[in-house]
Amino acid sequence: MNIPMPDFMPALPEMFLLGMTCVILLLDLFLTERSRVVTYLLAQSTLLGALLLTIMLYDNSRTLTFSDTFVLDPMGSVLKGAIYIATFFVFLYSKGYLRARNMFKGEFYILGLFGVLGMNVLVSAHSLITVYLGLELLSLSMYAMVALQRDSVVASEAAMKYFVLGAMASAMLLYGMSMLYGMTGSLDLTHINQVTAAVGSGQQVVLAFALVFIIVGVAFKLGAVPFHMWLPDVYHGAPTAVTLYLSTAPKLAAFAMMMRLLVDGLGGLHAEWQGILVLLAVASLALGNLVAIAQSNIKRMLAYSAISHIGFLLLGVLSGTAAGYAASMFYAITYVVMTLGGFGMVVLMSRAGFEADRIEDFKGLNERSPWFAFMMLILMFSMTGVPPLLGFWAKLAVIEALLGAGGLTWLAVVAVIFSVVGAFYYLRVVKTMYFDKADAGAAAIESTLELRVMLSANGLAVLALGIYPGTLMALCATALSH
Amino acid sequence: MIPLSNYLIVGALLFCLGTAGVFLNRKNLIILLMCVELMLLAVNMNFVAFSHYLGDAAGQVFVFFILTVAAAESAIGLAILVVLFRNRGSINVADIDSLKG
Repeated sequence: MNIPMPDFMPALPEMFLLGMTCVILLLDLFLTERSRVVTYLLAQSTLLGALLLTIMLYDNSRTLTFSDTFVLDPMGSVLKGAIYIATFFVFLYSKGYLRARNMFKGEFYILGLFGVLGMNVLVSAHSLITVYLGLELLSLSMYAMVALQRDSVVASEAAMKYFVLGAMASAMLLYGMSMLYGMTGSLDLTHINQVTAAVGSGQQVVLAFALVFIIVGVAFKLGAVPFHMWLPDVYHGAPTAVTLYLSTAPKLAAFAMMMRLLVDGLGGLHAEWQGILVLLAVASLALGNLVAIAQSNIKRMLAYSAISHIGFLLLGVLSGTAAGYAASMFYAITYVVMTLGGFGMVVLMSRAGFEADRIEDFKGLNERSPWFAFMMLILMFSMTGVPPLLGFWAKLAVIEALLGAGGLTWLAVVAVIFSVVGAFYYLRVVKTMYFDKADAGAAAIESTLELRVMLSANGLAVLALGIYPGTLMALCATALSH
Repeated sequence: MIPLSNYLIVGALLFCLGTAGVFLNRKNLIILLMCVELMLLAVNMNFVAFSHYLGDAAGQVFVFFILTVAAAESAIGLAILVVLFRNRGSINVADIDSLKG
């Protein structure tokens, strides 16, 4: 039997990432506690190297390889680039936090890098097998990372909840995949699309059945209502450095998974899945924004805000047009930039033995550190959607796509109404920082210089990209026009 | 020859049993992990049945991947369970309630 050699070039960044992660895994064993920083530096240079390779391989065409299970296309390349950059920032922000809590171990970086590999496989998946393997590599790394702080009761509890619900969601997704395989006789997404588009779910009850199961799996990974139960608990229970990781890059991967399965694989059934996504999106917008108002813990508040942002993300995808997909992708990247800053602020305010995870902890921040109060102000205004910040353009793009799709105007109205509701809890944080007096015992911010510089850069990026949103928008539009 | 639908019905029954077990069980986390495994095995049953009736080996290849990932998944699940037991001294599902809101 003669097996042809696959083309390895499209998967070069992933192979580099895998190789380097294994090297770091081995090297870390021989490092003493004092030279642990080598692991950190190697992890960061791996991410930068992979980013460089991804940029070099960027090409405006689609390349399939590994028996058509792996695809390199512009959308994947852009998302992968964003994933590398987001993870780079996560590692950078969390360094001081991990040190102060005696968690500055190789495991965090190795699991983080394996998670990034999982995300990349998911982003480039072109077969049900690669979707599943990428998803599991990502999820298993994340379960372990949540439980990384071994002596914490809340962290181990959050990890258990996440694990049980996550494993169940994977099983649901797989059940849907098995039905899809039975109906189409193939695991290849393009082939599945051809068969399902020709048959249509009208005649095939089983196909509709498969579709529902697949949407449940995707909605769980995104954290859309009613499959959001894990999200606030995990964000709250996990150490903030891990929350920072969970809340950023994996959202890009979940968006890619939705695009691969629903658009690439089941694009022919758009009329069927649009209705389900409408329900999920409206429920996410409503519940996310309303429940966030009742939160006093900022990590929980940002978790519910994440649910409402996911609602927006779904709105773009369900419009079913290239403009809508581009708007959603722009929204996902915007959300990641803003959340990096938001949880970055929580990391910045925390110090050894103290988690600044209550909204009260931000009291009088303006007196203590006017600069970082201003950064938080920019981030909160951007999440609300105040022009000219980045978050405004993302919301505008999604709403424009909805209006352009026809017949979805009422959804745009619902989205705007709940954005206004959402403004309440974002502005409450701003009020706490600027108009409340700091507690007598509130300490000054102690953090590393690199964190301060990069967090400032993050906040200013939200402002700068908000003033010049054209480049990023154009990048998303070209990435999805092929 | 046993028709395809029989296999699918067994798969669906196993899957429902697993799901019901996850939701109804209030006592023991280990039973919860077993229920999740049962759900994955139901999926494997579907894949093998389809693969055989379609005469296509891809489904059976997928089953091997699912089995491997399921093993890794249980390892991580049990590890988290050990950490949880050390911290709380209990693996009772009803006791896991310190995160709320």
